[in-house]
Amino acid sequence: MILVKALTLGLVLTAAAQGALAHDYTAGPLAIAPPWARATPPGAPVAGGYVTITNTGTESDRLLGGSSGAAEAVEIHESTMTDGVARMRPVENGVAIAPGEALELQPGAAHIMFVDPAEPLKDGGRFSATLTFEKAGDVAVEFAIVPMGATPEAPQNHEGHGAAASQ
Amino acid sequence: MRALKIIRIAAWGAVAIVGGVLLAFSGILPGVERPGAVMSSTATGVAEIGGPFELTTHGGKTLTDEDLEGKPFLVFFGFTHCPDICPTTLFELTGLLADLGPAAEQITPLFITVDPERDSQELLANYMTSFDARILALRGTKEQTDEAAKAFAAYYEKVPLEGGNYTMDHTAGVYLFDAEGDFAGTLDLHEPRETQLQKLQRLAETAA
Repeated sequence: MILVKALTLGLVLTAAAQGALAHDYTAGPLAIAPPWARATPPGAPVAGGYVTITNTGTESDRLLGGSSGAAEAVEIHESTMTDGVARMRPVENGVAIAPGEALELQPGAAHIMFVDPAEPLKDGGRFSATLTFEKAGDVAVEFAIVPMGATPEAPQNHEGHGAAASQ
Repeated sequence: MRALKIIRIAAWGAVAIVGGVLLAFSGILPGVERPGAVMSSTATGVAEIGGPFELTTHGGKTLTDEDLEGKPFLVFFGFTHCPDICPTTLFELTGLLADLGPAAEQITPLFITVDPERDSQELLANYMTSFDARILALRGTKEQTDEAAKAFAAYYEKVPLEGGNYTMDHTAGVYLFDAEGDFAGTLDLHEPRETQLQKLQRLAETAA
């Protein structure tokens, strides 16, 4: 009993510690680094979401989109900057994640677009979302909200970052 | 269902090539995300404000080119359906104006929406509460917006999307104009903060 209690306490403490930090997620061969978003001004009709997804498997997968109670729609958009002109387009059929490669959704590039957020994203907050993959299916994740203009302290582009894949 | 799935897989296979190209392209973008590529070519001669314009601030006041006479100012174009570069620019400017201290009082920062259809004055007023109160968000009719874009040699275009939605392409640089109304370079939000502050300090000093 004591052992069970100690284990339970350990689990609770671990869970609490993880709650304060960002989460890694695993979905089959996909290793998902802690997703993040930036705080938005009040009334902002959109919010960007960012995440790095590493495919440790042998087959390609695709991030198709997702959903979230925090926004009307969750889409994938591609931002580009050419000759000083900023452009953004929805990516209709998702983005591929090739075997052994990492898909980096980040500001100024392909990103997740939260359309019509229910309320402004506040620095330090978190919100739930589901990412939908062609093969890995639906994966429930949490986005951590960082200040406007900021990027999370943990580097998002380390190779194999949190890539503890269970095949 | 099976047939549908095969079609879907085939379709995804086809777009995989396009997606791959897009991804490869996006990978190099952060490095070339340098505002000013458009305007720098005009720095040689056509630098002066090209014409009159009239817009309305998010506070409901009219602002014309004449109001800027004798005042250094900076201007950039954007829209609120932009998740990244537009709020980030406003955020960075807010920090720069704070660090600049009293000199910031000499500079009029302008944010002109290229999407007046969706960016109502009410929306802008709410949106701008997140940023330095000295930054003026400006909007106008389509004609007024065209006029302002022409005055600053900026480009923007409405791009229809599926489902009746649309997005805006737009010039993304922050352009500096001195008290004479002459183009005084761009602010590159990726260059060292000290450099940006020096540029703004110099700009402020053009106010006699």
